[in-house]
Amino acid sequence: MVLFLVVGCQRSRAGITVAGSTSVEPFAELLAEEYMRQNPSLHIYVQGGGSTAGIEAVETGAASIGMSSRNLIGKELKLHAVTIAKDAIAIIVHPTNSIHNLPLDQIREVFSGKITNWKELGGPNKPIDVVTREEGSGTRESFQKFVMEKEDISLGALVQDSNGAVRQVISSDPHAIGYISLGLVNDQVKAVKISGVEPNLSNVHNGQYPLVRPFLFIFNGEPAGEAKSFLEFVLNRQAQKLLLKEGLVPVLQKLDEG
Amino acid sequence: MRIAVKEKIIEKVLLLIALSSIFILGLITFFIFEEGIPLILRIGPKAFLLGEKWIPSKGLFGIFPMIVSSFWVTLGALLLGVPLGLACTIFLSELIPPSVGTLFRPAIQLLAAIPSVIYGFWGLIVLVPLIRNHLGGPGMSILAGSLVLSFMILPTIITISEDSIKALPPSYKAGALALGATHWQTIWRVLIPSARSGIVTSIILGMGRAIGETMAMIMILGNAVKLPVSFLDSARTLTTNIGIEMGYAAGDHRQALFATGIVLFFIIMGLNSLAIFLSRRRIR
Repeated sequence: MVLFLVVGCQRSRAGITVAGSTSVEPFAELLAEEYMRQNPSLHIYVQGGGSTAGIEAVETGAASIGMSSRNLIGKELKLHAVTIAKDAIAIIVHPTNSIHNLPLDQIREVFSGKITNWKELGGPNKPIDVVTREEGSGTRESFQKFVMEKEDISLGALVQDSNGAVRQVISSDPHAIGYISLGLVNDQVKAVKISGVEPNLSNVHNGQYPLVRPFLFIFNGEPAGEAKSFLEFVLNRQAQKLLLKEGLVPVLQKLDEG
Repeated sequence: MRIAVKEKIIEKVLLLIALSSIFILGLITFFIFEEGIPLILRIGPKAFLLGEKWIPSKGLFGIFPMIVSSFWVTLGALLLGVPLGLACTIFLSELIPPSVGTLFRPAIQLLAAIPSVIYGFWGLIVLVPLIRNHLGGPGMSILAGSLVLSFMILPTIITISEDSIKALPPSYKAGALALGATHWQTIWRVLIPSARSGIVTSIILGMGRAIGETMAMIMILGNAVKLPVSFLDSARTLTTNIGIEMGYAAGDHRQALFATGIVLFFIIMGLNSLAIFLSRRRIR
């Protein structure tokens, strides 16, 4: 009887779990929704938790697909990674901030704690509230690599544990600066130009915008079964167009003309 | 005969259930130590407990700023919460008109039922901008955290203190009044000192609650990993360190978070043992 119930449950909820990066999560949810509309019998469970957690989940079999916003490192390289899109990281400030453009080396000095006042950047005489992501975050790792290089992010920086939380803090603090996924920038915050380059899709595409990273789907071995069919769906034209509309850079180059 | 057997079975089942809760506690303890101890041994207890830099990507795991921050936040919560709690206790146990009491007491108990994420959200939306605009700094600060915590520990302080005042023999109050003491003198000179150990226990349990609070603190402390120098500084406590980084942590970093849990474990164990010791002394 119990066995029957369990089996019944599993049948009605047949599906795959996709887990990992909170940067990729909202896009994966969107794709999963669309996929489920076309294949009503299948259910795709999308969970956050972070890039590392997602990669671990794939290794242990807890998830069929991992989402990562950073490249695989060390032992993780034995897993199979597929780039599903590219994402830019935007440097964001409060919408009322008078600063519109920051050179890369000034951004580095702000985040390392060498510049602590907006005055030094041509703004008002107010201390800068630096907001960063927590250690281990894929977004932080990319920011460290592209912007900070060898420098450390100041230990006095505020730390928030998701893109949404960073955006929330920036949107309510007129003197804050932070970084989030370009696809998640909305009108509550303002993305600044980096060394004069506007953070938009065409600049990401032509390689002028410097802060670009891959969004990966991670598999344990070659993708198979339902995981494979979801991956194929994500890489097809319609899904890639959807990602483009949401502010990501698709991996299919031809989309631009279409 | 059959009743006796039945009772035996029920007894054994209850014993089993009671033991299982202890077993689960044992399991949790075992896993925290199993995961955390290797890292502490590898980098050395001194570097771990007294190190001032927490940069997991560089292999630096010093939790000293978090230990200090935990105590700052808790101390602030006690400074604000204890006087408020004591005043409420006195009012509730001695001065309140019975009709108001039926409203007041459930209201205080309701404070304990509000999920901590709600406290955190309220702190983030209301307190943080208020502090940023009027006192300066980023607003996400020890002050904001302490304020919210002081509300969260009120139910603990009030219910336990009130119980200990109510448990005093009626002769204390009657005797004091008969000797000509005013009502306030009776409260301040007789009732409060007599219930002292209960009140201290309530404060220590409140302190344990404050040190252990995570969700609300993640939302309003700002989580910066540096030694705080003022109540307007952002800070990261031991609990928020685990809460904010566990999602992405792997390898040594993950073990370091478990090790943070070990430190927290000892602090909470110490506080609870102290509370139990003090409340035992009251019975004597």
